[in-house]
Amino acid sequence: MITTRQVTKRFGAVLAVDRVDLDVREGDRYGLLGPNGSGKTTLLRMLLGLVFATSGEIEVDGCPVPRKVAQVLPRIGALIEGPAAYGYLSGRANLALLDAAGPGSVRRTRKARIGEALERVGLAGVDRRPVRAYSLGMRQRLGLAAALLRQPSLLILDEPTNGLDPRGIREIRDLLIELNAAGTTILLSSHLLSEVEQLCTRIGVLDRGRMVIQDELAALRAPTDRIVLHTPDADRAAALLDGTLLTRDGDRLVIRGEDSAQLNARLVGAGLRVAELARERRSLEDLVVDATRPGSDRVDQFRPSAEPQVESELSSEHPSRPSPTPESASALAIPLVETPGSASPSDPAESPVEPAP
Amino acid sequence: MIHVELFRLFRRPRTWMILVLLCALPITVAVFIAVTDLVPSPGQGPAFLSAVLSDGSLYPAAGLAIVLPVFLPVSVAVLSGDGVAGESGTGMLRYLLVRPVARTRLLVAKLIGTMSFVLAAVVLVAITSYITGVLAFGSGGVKPVSATSSGAVSSAVTGISIGTASTSLSGTPLPAGQLILRVAYGIGYISVSMLGVAAIALFLSTFTDSALGAALGALAILVTSEVLATLDAAGAVRPYLPTNYWLAWIDLFRQPILWYNVQRGLAIQVVYALVFLGAAWANFSTKDVTG
Repeated sequence: MITTRQVTKRFGAVLAVDRVDLDVREGDRYGLLGPNGSGKTTLLRMLLGLVFATSGEIEVDGCPVPRKVAQVLPRIGALIEGPAAYGYLSGRANLALLDAAGPGSVRRTRKARIGEALERVGLAGVDRRPVRAYSLGMRQRLGLAAALLRQPSLLILDEPTNGLDPRGIREIRDLLIELNAAGTTILLSSHLLSEVEQLCTRIGVLDRGRMVIQDELAALRAPTDRIVLHTPDADRAAALLDGTLLTRDGDRLVIRGEDSAQLNARLVGAGLRVAELARERRSLEDLVVDATRPGSDRVDQFRPSAEPQVESELSSEHPSRPSPTPESASALAIPLVETPGSASPSDPAESPVEPAP
Repeated sequence: MIHVELFRLFRRPRTWMILVLLCALPITVAVFIAVTDLVPSPGQGPAFLSAVLSDGSLYPAAGLAIVLPVFLPVSVAVLSGDGVAGESGTGMLRYLLVRPVARTRLLVAKLIGTMSFVLAAVVLVAITSYITGVLAFGSGGVKPVSATSSGAVSSAVTGISIGTASTSLSGTPLPAGQLILRVAYGIGYISVSMLGVAAIALFLSTFTDSALGAALGALAILVTSEVLATLDAAGAVRPYLPTNYWLAWIDLFRQPILWYNVQRGLAIQVVYALVFLGAAWANFSTKDVTG
């Protein structure tokens, strides 16, 4: 659906996007991740013909961009770097205006399409208030409605849940999954890992303009060769498992091994109480933090010498990798600890990990 | 896009605010003159003003002469400078472009929008001035007056009104039909006169996200042009200044009409419009839209 080959964008001395090969397939829910200033928005703008690439090729739905972008844009719904609207007009008037401004809009169905789009994003009851009186969340929903107005086959959404509360984020996530099930390909960018983790089937990670990871989420989050055990009898367990024990933190033990059922039988057989036991999974957060350097919004006085072995470290599979920090690992590695109600989807460390749909 | 631009322009409270202010200026002047019966002596102050005491139906011409030198070009610079920069500032530019609206079409729509505003403004000023003039001064007075214009056409001759017909600047009577026709010509000419300003402001508007910056830039060029126009040392460039022929429409009220300056004025506006629109297009169509 979207293919870029070695696409590069240079703004003066700044290399915003550096030889990126983006590959979004039809039917994907593709999540573009990366720290602030890593080139996500510039890349999306290039796909839409707003920013012209310095070099490289872009093809969206069979059309070369930017040469024939006008042919493909009518099939794309987009939300780029926050919603925008004319503040002195109502939400409906804004949508009508935008619809009338371009080609391929059927006037007869406009009112119905606007009503439907507003209903989908949860603004069905919106009144004649001008947009300048809208809250941030309402503007965001209006921006989404504008993207949905002509039933696009491709949605390109830059930070789609910005400004929404946790319930709103969940609504939009459900909406996107529903649209995707009906055949819409979705490409979204975010720096909210939990959002991407819960929504996307494929991810790409940008760091300083370079694509450092691009894979199926399920493959990236495959179980590791380690097991995480919580037991009140931690001392005895540590003694029993000496040799395969990797780390211990209170009553939480990390053990080398792949067969958690067998380990469980062994522990129970020795009379130990097992509170929780699960294969460790790499969390998306670990993956991304390992693969990227600090975002451009962080300005340190002394930058650690750049160009670390990011890529080589990632491409080689994980066993030699330093173990994740206890906090992030304990929360994200063990899906069993989820306690419904207490989790807030906006906090990556707390979010319940839903099974991939 | 063009009809959307027009719809948006005339739905916008700001547009009507500017129109009201434009119309209010000649009305204010008329009130002062009607109360005091003092008019600028011929050759001073805005053109036609010295003649209106005797004939209120000449007031549309006076009203246009009042708004033309400063107020109208300022509002054109503000509106046209807002064209691309304003859309960019609110973020709507990116949504219009991915809608998709072709960049060239967007520029043309903006220029058409501005020119429609100018036409609406000039027509409204003419209508409100006519009503004001007739109410304040009556129509077709008999008092003999002399009228000269200021500025570029300082060679204007003395006019004397006779009977019920209005008087041309050349002194011969103008029947009502002729007067209406000439006001219509004047409206057309003044509208075209703003083409250059509009194109310059639109051109600057493609360079910045600040509508104010673009408007100020266009005004700076206008002020420079007006200053150079009065400077003998700059006589060599005077015929090419965008503001040089702005007052040529006064020639439309002579008998017979002096077409030379009017034609030069129209030609120079078209040249300015083509050059700056071309430059605006060249810049905008290759520009990265990051706002």
